[in-house]
Amino acid sequence: MTTQARFAAASRLLHWLMAPMIIAMLFIGVGMAASVSRRYDLLVSIHRPLGIAILVLCVARIVNRFINPPPGLPDTVPPVQRFAAKVSHIALYALMFVLPLVGWGMLSAARYPIVLYGPVRLPPIFPHDLTLYAWLRDLHTGLAYLLFATFLAHFGAALYHGLIRRDGVFGSMASWKSMQFARTNPTSIP
Amino acid sequence: MKPFWFKVAIATSPGLLVRLGAISAVLLSVIAALAYTGGWLSPVRLTQDRMMAAFREANGTHVGFRRNHAKGVCVTGWFESNGQAAAISKAAVFKPGRVPVVGRFALAGGMPFQPDAPNTVRSMALRIVPPGGEEWRTGMNNIPVFPVNSARGFYEQLLAFSPDPATGKPDPTKIKAFLASHPEAAGALALIKKRQVTSGFANSTFNSLNTFRFIDAADASVPVRWSAVPAQPVAAEAAEQTEAGDENYLFDDLIAQIAHHPRQWQLIVTIGQAGDPTNDATQAWPEGRQQVDAGTVTIDRASSEDTGRCTAVNYDPLVLPAGIEPSDDPLLSARSAVYARSFTLRAEENHEKPPSAVTPQDVQAGGKL
Repeated sequence: MTTQARFAAASRLLHWLMAPMIIAMLFIGVGMAASVSRRYDLLVSIHRPLGIAILVLCVARIVNRFINPPPGLPDTVPPVQRFAAKVSHIALYALMFVLPLVGWGMLSAARYPIVLYGPVRLPPIFPHDLTLYAWLRDLHTGLAYLLFATFLAHFGAALYHGLIRRDGVFGSMASWKSMQFARTNPTSIP
Repeated sequence: MKPFWFKVAIATSPGLLVRLGAISAVLLSVIAALAYTGGWLSPVRLTQDRMMAAFREANGTHVGFRRNHAKGVCVTGWFESNGQAAAISKAAVFKPGRVPVVGRFALAGGMPFQPDAPNTVRSMALRIVPPGGEEWRTGMNNIPVFPVNSARGFYEQLLAFSPDPATGKPDPTKIKAFLASHPEAAGALALIKKRQVTSGFANSTFNSLNTFRFIDAADASVPVRWSAVPAQPVAAEAAEQTEAGDENYLFDDLIAQIAHHPRQWQLIVTIGQAGDPTNDATQAWPEGRQQVDAGTVTIDRASSEDTGRCTAVNYDPLVLPAGIEPSDDPLLSARSAVYARSFTLRAEENHEKPPSAVTPQDVQAGGKL
């Protein structure tokens, strides 16, 4: 058996920086779309800058992926699961890049000011158009649920690797200290 | 047929089912947490969807129209700041100078074809956009205070005053129950009833109702409420206006008046003192508070909503420039949330919206004065 290679430190840093941001974003989005309480205003004021931060980090992440290509999956992973892993990772990258852009676009089409913090605002990227707004607004919700579903698949697969297959794939991203990683990287299921 | 690895895993790891169960439990918990956040597990929590349902129950379905203040016209003009409010707010809009305005006059209620009536609450909404600066949106009503002070109160008022399907009229027992459980509404409604109802939009005073905070250049803040006070002489509603049989008489008068001569309002900012309620829109501030005349709103053009520039605007009261901030009034966040949902719904329905009550032809004809 061969030891599973780990992700590069930069890749792990970006992954664990963005994971809580994206999950928080999904919950904030669903929460603010329901709320009529004082929290609504607070959640909106977090949602917009956090979305733009995710967009910026996502670009950094795509660049990083070319600099630090991810380690391959162990040979023991069946082809169907390899395919699923590939598709879900493409979907995750695409969604975390497109969702903030659709959000920015829909606010532009509605001519809401896109406030990041205090006087810091983004310019509109689309013309003022009700129909375009409606389309982008629905797309934003649809893609957000798709991202949530993809996140669940990703999280479920990670736990499956960590708890059932125990093939080192979970530790290749989740383990922070290399010593600890070596310790918690037992033999894989043949 | 289970894959090979699965059989091996079962054979070699008796705890597999436990671990599969744990994974499922974790994933289901995440889904449940999201469902809880979205209000789907809380049937009594007041959400945007439930507020929209209450509007439907009160007014019926009117595709493509605002859920409240559904009947209106678009207007344009400008705000000429005299610079006096710059001492209490650093907002660019208060520096001396002229700033374009896209506005809307409307009647409260979700019925876009309701006949104009004297006692229906009138509103003026303004979108004030300084060139290169931060914009300011405000929606004001011709009532001195708001009937309720919370989103829940508004929701219950909407349902209590909605027509009974059997009689077509609000059910007095429901109204009684609402007033009994909302003593703040009883007081506010008495003040609202006592207000002077003028002959039209042009000589109505429109009030912000909610409290905001003005932030000056030194970051000091004061609670404020503002009003648009008409320059036009105030005249009482005349009986012949309603008897003429024109269902749009208030709008037609406004269109004719604007076509004849631009109409003006002074923007008066009232500064609250310590102890004045900032989180309760049912409470008037005491008389004699310091007032600042910030400048003049001039409206020189009207157009139908079907062609006008106000239609694609959500007059969200939380679109504020640096220098104006929300107060602790919970209605502000509630209005922002509900307006946003109403805006999204009507945007989605925009392609099937019927013509508005006030059509481009009505405006072109110059009203019916």
